[in-house]
Amino acid sequence: MLSNVETVQKDGVLTAYLAGEIDHHTAQQLRERLDGEILCAGPAETVLDFGGVSFMDSSGIGLILGRHKLMETLGGTLTVRNTPAQLERILKLAGVGRVESKEGEYAK
Amino acid sequence: MKAINTARISFQSRSSNEVFARAAVSGFITGLDPTLEELTDVKTAVSEAVTNCIVHAYPGTLGMVNMTLTVYPDRRLVVRITDKGCGIPDVKKAMEPLYTTGNKDERSGLGFAVMQSFMDKVKVVSTAGGGTKVTLTKLLRAREEERT
Repeated sequence: MLSNVETVQKDGVLTAYLAGEIDHHTAQQLRERLDGEILCAGPAETVLDFGGVSFMDSSGIGLILGRHKLMETLGGTLTVRNTPAQLERILKLAGVGRVESKEGEYAK
Repeated sequence: MKAINTARISFQSRSSNEVFARAAVSGFITGLDPTLEELTDVKTAVSEAVTNCIVHAYPGTLGMVNMTLTVYPDRRLVVRITDKGCGIPDVKKAMEPLYTTGNKDERSGLGFAVMQSFMDKVKVVSTAGGGTKVTLTKLLRAREEERT
């Protein structure tokens, strides 16, 4: 399996633990899975945890932006966290900015 | 300058071949002992260029994507990715960050910006209806530097 996602729901927060490689091919599969979970759970906040991601191109940025729009439509928020060092440059390029917090979380 | 190694690969514009293209370039430069950062940079740029062929050059259809990998004695890596797809009517516009003709909710429009940021040089030649040629160049650091 090139990519995978495991989700945990707690107190209105849906946390998605992404793993593997995120490219245009796998982003399509992850998008369907995430949107299904978000629309089903209707969380106030969705957290995308990139801790297990070993590769990501700009398709991952599309994945973040698309989920951000979906959460906005649903009146919730999206948080991106735990991004490996090799993802930092691409996030910076996309203007996904750092939110001041001790956990070092990111949010669009 | 005469190349010290070269490889040519052709594959169908299926999205499942994006990982194949990355693995191929990764395997090709392994012998040059690149840094992890250089390897990630090259893999990411190749992934962007190949995705462009799949999404934009052959929308809704399958075509062939050709990738030529060449390395020169000065450790310069040149990756040429060509397609015979629909071409880009306005290359300058296509290379603007955030510009996309794809689904705006899911495509970031950052493909060329990523290629330019992660490689030393990006050259795009395209003709409407005649396909596109993207040439990515990166000078890998000398091994001696990496060891110090």
